[in-house]
Parts: sequence; C-alpha cells; structure tokens
Amino acid sequence: MPNRSYNKSIDWITVGLYSLLVIFGWLNIYAANFNPENPVFFDTSKEYFKQLVWIGFSLLFVGMILITDSKFYVEFAYIFYGFTILLLVVVLLFGKEINGAKSWFEIGPIRFQPAELSKVATNLAVARALSRYGFSFKKFTDLVKASAVVLFPMLLILLQNDTGSALVYFVFIIVFYREGLTGYILTFGLIAGIVTTLTLLIPNSTILGLIALSIIGILYFKGVRKDLFKAVLIGGAILGASYAVYEYTNSTIDLEYVLIPAILFVSIYLLSISISKRIHKFVPTYLLILWSAIILALSADYFFEDVLSHYQRTRINVLLGIEEDPLGAGYNVNQSKIAIGSGGLTGKGYLQGTQTKFNFVPEQSTDFIYCTVGEEWGFMGSTAVVLLFLALLLRLLYLSDKQHSTFSRVYGYGVAAIFFFHFAINIGMTIGLAPVIGIPLPFFSYGGSSLWGFTLLLFVFLKLDTNRNELIR
Amino acid sequence: MGGINNRTLLIAAIMIGLGLIFTVKLFILQVHDPTYKFSAVSNTRRQVTQYPSRGLVYDRNGKLLVSNQAVYDVMVVPRDIVPFDSIDFCESLDLSIEQLRERFVQMRKDIRSRKISTYKPSVFLKQLSAEQYGEFQEKLYKFKGFFVQGRTLRKYEYPSAAHVLGYVGEISEGQLKKDAYYSQGDYVGISGIEQTYEQELRGKKGVKYMLVDVHGREKGAFRGGEHDTAAIAGKNITLSLDIELQQYGELLMQNKIGSIVAVEPSSGEILALVSAPNYDPSLLIGRDRSKNFPVLLTDSLKPLLNRAIQSAYPPGSTFKTINALIGLQEGTLKPYTTHECFMGYFARGLSVGCHLHDSPLNLAQSIQCSCNAYYCYELRNILDNPKYENIQESFNVWKDYLVKLGFGYRLGSDFKNEVRGFVPNADYFDKVYKKSWSSLTVISLSIGQGELLTTPLQMANMGAMIANRGHFLTPHIIKDIEDGEIDDRFTEKHETGIDIQHFAPIVNGMEMAVWGGAGSTARIAQVPGISICGKTGTAQNPHGDDHSIFMAFAPKDNPKIAIAVYVENGGFGARWGAPIASLMVEKYLTDSISTPYRQWIEKRMLEGDLINAEQKLQ
Ligand SMILES: [Zn+2]
Repeated sequence: MPNRSYNKSIDWITVGLYSLLVIFGWLNIYAANFNPENPVFFDTSKEYFKQLVWIGFSLLFVGMILITDSKFYVEFAYIFYGFTILLLVVVLLFGKEINGAKSWFEIGPIRFQPAELSKVATNLAVARALSRYGFSFKKFTDLVKASAVVLFPMLLILLQNDTGSALVYFVFIIVFYREGLTGYILTFGLIAGIVTTLTLLIPNSTILGLIALSIIGILYFKGVRKDLFKAVLIGGAILGASYAVYEYTNSTIDLEYVLIPAILFVSIYLLSISISKRIHKFVPTYLLILWSAIILALSADYFFEDVLSHYQRTRINVLLGIEEDPLGAGYNVNQSKIAIGSGGLTGKGYLQGTQTKFNFVPEQSTDFIYCTVGEEWGFMGSTAVVLLFLALLLRLLYLSDKQHSTFSRVYGYGVAAIFFFHFAINIGMTIGLAPVIGIPLPFFSYGGSSLWGFTLLLFVFLKLDTNRNELIR
Repeated sequence: MGGINNRTLLIAAIMIGLGLIFTVKLFILQVHDPTYKFSAVSNTRRQVTQYPSRGLVYDRNGKLLVSNQAVYDVMVVPRDIVPFDSIDFCESLDLSIEQLRERFVQMRKDIRSRKISTYKPSVFLKQLSAEQYGEFQEKLYKFKGFFVQGRTLRKYEYPSAAHVLGYVGEISEGQLKKDAYYSQGDYVGISGIEQTYEQELRGKKGVKYMLVDVHGREKGAFRGGEHDTAAIAGKNITLSLDIELQQYGELLMQNKIGSIVAVEPSSGEILALVSAPNYDPSLLIGRDRSKNFPVLLTDSLKPLLNRAIQSAYPPGSTFKTINALIGLQEGTLKPYTTHECFMGYFARGLSVGCHLHDSPLNLAQSIQCSCNAYYCYELRNILDNPKYENIQESFNVWKDYLVKLGFGYRLGSDFKNEVRGFVPNADYFDKVYKKSWSSLTVISLSIGQGELLTTPLQMANMGAMIANRGHFLTPHIIKDIEDGEIDDRFTEKHETGIDIQHFAPIVNGMEMAVWGGAGSTARIAQVPGISICGKTGTAQNPHGDDHSIFMAFAPKDNPKIAIAVYVENGGFGARWGAPIASLMVEKYLTDSISTPYRQWIEKRMLEGDLINAEQKLQ
C-alpha cells in the first residue's frame, strides 16, 4: 500500500452535507410550528425547541462514536444486534401504542423507538455476516443466513404494526446485489412490483394474456419458431375449447382461469422439447418467469383484499388513481401537493407559508416536513434538498467503494441504501409518487429517535472510514 | 483499485434517476402546472368555535331561573374579504352604508391594535334576528370572508333577582389577557353568580374545522373532523334562593330604597337577597345591554348597586344584642344586672337620650325596650374593665369579639363584590383623638352608632348567629353544582367565642320586643302562631331621614329563617323594617299572609312610597 495513514481524518464533505441537512431541517421545523399570531421562540413545549435539544444530544453521540475504536463495531456487531432484537421483543410486549403502532418505550418524559436503533444494529450485523471469510451469495446457506439477519427484525417490527419502518428492510436487497447477489433477483423484484401494480389497475385475465404474449414474443425473437408455432396453435385450440365450456356452463369462476389450461399446455410442450431435443436452453428460465408472474398476479389480489387493511388499501387505491377521496385518504397527499405546488419557483419566503401552518398538512413537522420546504422555498429549495440528498448518497457510495475491509464497505452500502429508501419514499409520498407510508425524512423530520438513529448510522460509517486503509477485524 | 465497481454504478444510476424524476415532478407541481397555486388560494380552513350552552340555574325548589336562547353573529375573516356589493350587504342586515363603513373602520383599527387577527374569525355584527339570519345565510356566497355563527344568550325566566344572578357580557381586554381560555368576543359572567360560578357555568368550548372553497362555501369537515372537539355544556347549578320569597321581597320593597337579606341559620343558605330599587335582568341581555346599561348606570337611585352586600350602614340598636353578648362573655354583665334610665344617659357633659319606658331594667328588658342608657353603662363596663391595662387594650378585646362575630371583614359569601363594613380598632381612635380618649369618647358605639358600619348581609348573619346560639355558617347562595361540590368554606362552622348559655336572655329580650307588653319596640312584627324574635334599629343618617332597620329570626326554637331589613330614610325600625321582615317570615314559613290585620299591614307596605313621596315633599 502506498498510503498507510491509518488514521485518515473524518470525511468533512459528508459532515458538511450532514450539517446542512440538519440545520435546514431545523429551520423548517421552526417554520412548520411558527405561529404568526404569537411569535415566541423560547417555549420548551414547542417542537422546534425540543428538536434543538435532540440535535445537541446528537452532537454528543457523534463525539462518543468518534472516540470509540472502529474494531469495537465489528466485535460487538452481533451483540448489539442481539440486544436490539431483545428490545424489539420487549417493546412488543410492554411498549406504548402511539398512532396504532406498538413501537415506543416511554420512560418518564422520554419516548424512544427501538426500530430506529434496529436499523443500525441490523446494518452492522449484515456487514459482519457478509464480511465473513468465504461468504458467497452463490452458497444457498449463506443466502439464507444473510436474509435471516434482515428478515428477523423486519418481522418483529411488522408485528408492532409499524409497516413503514418494516418496509425499510427490503432495501438491503441493494446491499446484497452490490455484494454479489444475482441480478435476476433484483430484476425479478422489479417485475414483481410492476405486475402487482398492474393487477390492481387492469383485470387479471388481461395481465395473464399480456404476460403470455410477451413471453411468446421474446421466445419468437430468441429463435424458437417452428415448435412455438405448433404449441401456440394447439394452445389456441385448447383456449377456444375452455372458453366454450366456460360460456356454455355459465361458470362463475374468474375469466383468468380459462387461460390457465392453454398456458399450461404451451409451457409443458415447450419445456419437453427444450429438454428432449437439448435446444433452446434458455426456455426453462423464461417459463419460470412466466409462471412466477402468473402466480404473483393471482396472489396479488388475495394479498390486496385479505392481508391489507381497508385503510392501507384505500391509500394505495388513491395513489393509483382508482379512488378519488380528497377529504379522506387522499387528503394528506392532496394537501401536501397543494402546499408544495403553491410555493412556485422561488417560494413564499421563510415563515411566510400559509398551507403548512394551522395543521392544513397533517404531521407537518414529521412525515410531511418536505411540504414546508416546498411551500416556503419553492422549486429552488425543494430541488436543493433533493440535490443535497443525492450528493450525500453518492458520496457514501464513493466512500464505501474506497473501503479496504469488506465490513466497512457493506456497512457503507447499508447506510446509503437506508437513506435512499427514506429519501425515495418520504419525498415520493409528499409529491404523490409513492404511497403514504409514514417514515421520516432523514435529518429533516422532527423527532429525537429518528434523528439519533440516522446520526448513529452515518457517523459509525464515518468512523469506520477513518480506518479505510486497514483491515478491521 | 482502479475504476468504480459496475454494480455501484448501476446503484448510483438508480439514485440519480430517482433524483431526476423528483426534480421533474417538482417542476411540474411548482412551476409548470398552475392548478395547485390556485388550489392553495381557494383552499382555506375555517375554524368554527362551538359554543357550549351555559349551565342552567335553578332555585332551591327546582324552579328554573336562568336558561339560554339562540342568536346568530356575523363573523368575518378579514384576510378573506374580497370587494362585494355593499348595498346588498346592508339591505340584508338592515344596516345603513354609514354604519357599515363605521364597522370597517373599527375592524381595521382592531387589526392594527392586534385586538383581532386577519387570519381568524372575529365578530363583525352581533346577534341577528331570525329573519336577518335567514336572509343573510342565503346571500352568504356573495360575501366572501363572512359567515354566520350561532351562539347562545341568557334567558331569565323571572324579572327578579337581578343582583343575585348578575349578568353575562363580552369579555373585557384585561380579563382576556389573564385567561387563555377566552378569545375576543367571548361571553363571560360579569357580576353576581354568573361571575362567581363562571368556571362551572361556562362549560368548554369546542372547535370545528371546515374546508371552504373560493366562494366561502363549506365543502365538508377538515380531515374528516379528526381535529374537531365537541363543546361541553356548562354545569347546571342550584341556588339556595327561594324565588317566590325573593319576588315577594322585591314587591314589598317597591318604591323604597334598601335591602332584605334572609338566611337559613342552620346552613347559612341565603333564601332571599333583595336590593331596591332593582331591575329586570332581561334588560342586560345581548344587544339590549348596550342600550340599557348606561341608563341604569346613570340612574340617581343606583339600581345596579347591590345594596345587600355593597352598602354599609350603622347597625343602630340591633347592635345592642352584640354588646350584651360581649359583656356577658367578659363577665362585666350579668342577666340580672339592672340600670336605671331617666330618659337617657348623662355623664361629664355628655348625654345620650332615651325614650320613656319602665325603669330600672334588667338585660332582657333592656333589649325589649331598647334602652340606650343601659348600653352606655354596659359598654363602659366592658371598656373600663380593670382586667385590662388601658382603653387601647380593652378596646381591641372588644374589637376582636366583633371580628369573630362576623363584622369588619367580608364574610366570604359567593358574591365577589361584597364589602367589608367597618369596625374601628384602638389605633383608629389614637389617631383621631391623639391618644387621649376614653370609653366615654366612643360611647355611641354602645348603641350601634358612630364609627361602625355593617352590611345587610352581615346583619342577617348576626340574626342567624343569635338564632344558632353562638355560631354561623358563611352565608352563601350556592346550594348544588351538577357533578361538583360547593366550596368547603360554606359548610364550615364558625364559632364566635360566646358561650351558649349567654344567649338565653338575649333571645328572650328579642322575643319580648315583639311579643311583650307596653314598651316593646316591635309589636307590629307579631305573626300569629310564629314565635318570631326581633330587634329594631334606627341608623342615624347625616344625609337625611334615619334608616329603618329590623333584624329577626323565627321560630324561637329550631329557627328556620333569620332576616335583616334596611329601609333607607324609613325612620324608626318599627315603621318599615319590622313589618316588612315579619311579612317575609310569615310568607316563608306559612306561604300566605293570614289575618285581615296582617293583610292590612301588607297593603300598607306595598303602597308605601318613600321615593316619590320624598320628591313630592321637595
Ligand atoms: Zn332607656
């Protein structure tokens, strides 16, 4: 190694971005709580005052993190993880329910959400698991172990009825992908998302038909011609027959099931030819995709109707434009869009907002804090926040790639991925691109637990980064 | 080392891609598409205060005294006003253009002085009639920034007891600053029980948030009403007042100045509290108040003054009972002590006149005949008691008795404007007489004249104390609060430091004053079948005729009512005070006036006119 400075100084660019986000965030919390009728600053019951206290504590934590040896985080990753899992179980049993989620500890005046701590702990544990010597996603047991580390806390948080915080854990798929998980899973995830969304918008039979047709098209262009032609011909005949039966018997089953026999026949026919003639070796893969999509489409309805609550269903329906409900479920987003939209190019000016005051926008200093930015700082301000987050994310990716030890690299990706998820969902939600899932915007949203969680997450990485040239064991 | 990992590049690309999508969407929302800007302007939340109905007030027999009636106010959110057809506006509200202009000038002034907010609704026009409300509500869409809010006013079921009930009016600025619960334009109890029991009666305001469109039309509840709070109605209260007795008292006091206070001795509950002249409480409701209040305020007879608790007079001869009790407790007076009286008391160039009666007299007889000389001796014996070093010490002992007996300080009833009366102490005379004074200097205190002032309420309490033979409960008018308890201070017994055995001669004397033979001062107060005990008084009045006073209780054993009557410029106690008090007692205990003779007295009292007669004389 040409450069063996073990104690590289902390990455000041990231610290700068962090400070900008925290300061700008606080200014907006102040604005969201500002009462033009009665402008007082020193009021300890006000959110902006408390947030100032939380920020003070954050700085204290930063100091503590920086004086701790990097090896400590590797060493204690699992212990910390175990402890957090314990907290998650305890909160499930003895926690306090706030807004329908049993996810808070309340000790005197202090409220604390272990789910925030769990993000850090899980990230540490994932980094530890993936950095184990000889770890590979190609080994099935390793894949299962890594997934278990993520799914375990996720499940516990789901049990607390805190869906938003639980969904965050999906984002570890990005880390896994970076660390060698096959791209198919990522692609599959993407397709799954698209299919699920489509099932809610158009009839299942149409989707099944479209999926089948597109697979047939792909196979056709891949060079499967003669056999495909035969298969489709017979398949068409089977479809005709099933449809006739369906009509004749006045059956009440869903139309998509009429398609199944034909698709089943074509699949088996093509599969047998591919195996027996040892040609078109890609065919089984496409058939797998086809059937996964079919099963997903059929189960999505079940999931939507029977697993999701009425309230969640309405929110998704509103997002997809199926339902119009400007005073109910769509209310938050509608108000939020009005607030942001009313900001215009340059905004109404600091503390001059009218929509983000008087509780027009709900949860305006927590989940919907971005509205205040949009209204008072306009397009300039809201894009600036997007750019600040992008800069932070890219800087984290860049720093992660520079890490010598796998532990630090994986951890860095985890930090970037978690921030990305919060950034994507929170801002996406306020501008109507994502469903309303109550998760905070890092460093911006009001709240001690989340600010501390994100600060911890970030600065542990920055500490690890000071030893980037070392192999931390 | 080398370049960046391909997969990292893909991840970075996804992030940048999302950043781009966000930027484009933000551009559409904020710059490109103007719909949201318009929505913001038209999207206003209106805060509508839900006024609770004020608690009802009942009398001791469950008769409804005060209830509520609905009225409508025109509210304005100044920020939302857009130019409108002012002629149309004025027509539907029966306003002249000048009045409207005036209202706007006032509104701007209020905004500048921060009395009202441009964001929040405030009252523009008070109390529409039902027709005005209907007409205006229909045209409301034309007048952006205005809306109508319902609220309730008081409704008085009897034209009586105005001083007790007090009135409700718009909150003052001073009060507004003191209590964050209220906002500009709120109604609050200003006097009487409306003021005292404001906390109980007012209930709790609620708030309803409505979404309104550009035209001021309500589009529905804001966020499904999740921020709304319902108004909680005020608590109903029951007074110890007997409204029939109260009305009768007011009738007896018509065309006279003065007051009647009747108390139930065992509980301290006020049965009637009359201050004359009185007024109809309905005069001070809502919009009428601004018209009627100044008239009442400038009336030379001061009808707004609650004389029963706010006027202090010398107690006159009724006070002899008190001096006797102190003497008995001090041991300077015995029931058998006799003094001679030859038309008065004469000592060292000083004389206190008396009237013709038998002589010598014992204690009970002295009360029966109200002998002035007896009490001159009696007070001097207390003050010149060799037990005490000097007049200062003995005088303060005497004063301390009075304080314990309920004089010189506010009794602590549930009327906030009660005055304390006056009892001098030794320092007071030291200042006036430069330390050279004696029992003779203050001799007029012996007959309740001079530097003594008591309110009619204190006088009634004195009657209750004697009726109870030595203790009293703070007089109060509250009997019951729905889902609440009345203040502890109203159930606490006050011992006066006078032993029970000393009361027999006093009570006997008071009984004889009514029921005795020649020389008894209050024979006019005889009510057949009721052992009424009383004491007349005449308070010297430097401004005109003496005040006629009577203090009584009945029956003698197990008393049910104690009463004090003051009739200003009424002359001797036996002339107005005693007959009025006896009629009140009779009415309360038997519900009617029994014999023709009593009815003749009643007629005379009702016809008695001390106000207009005086004017005729002048
Ligand atoms: Zn005499």
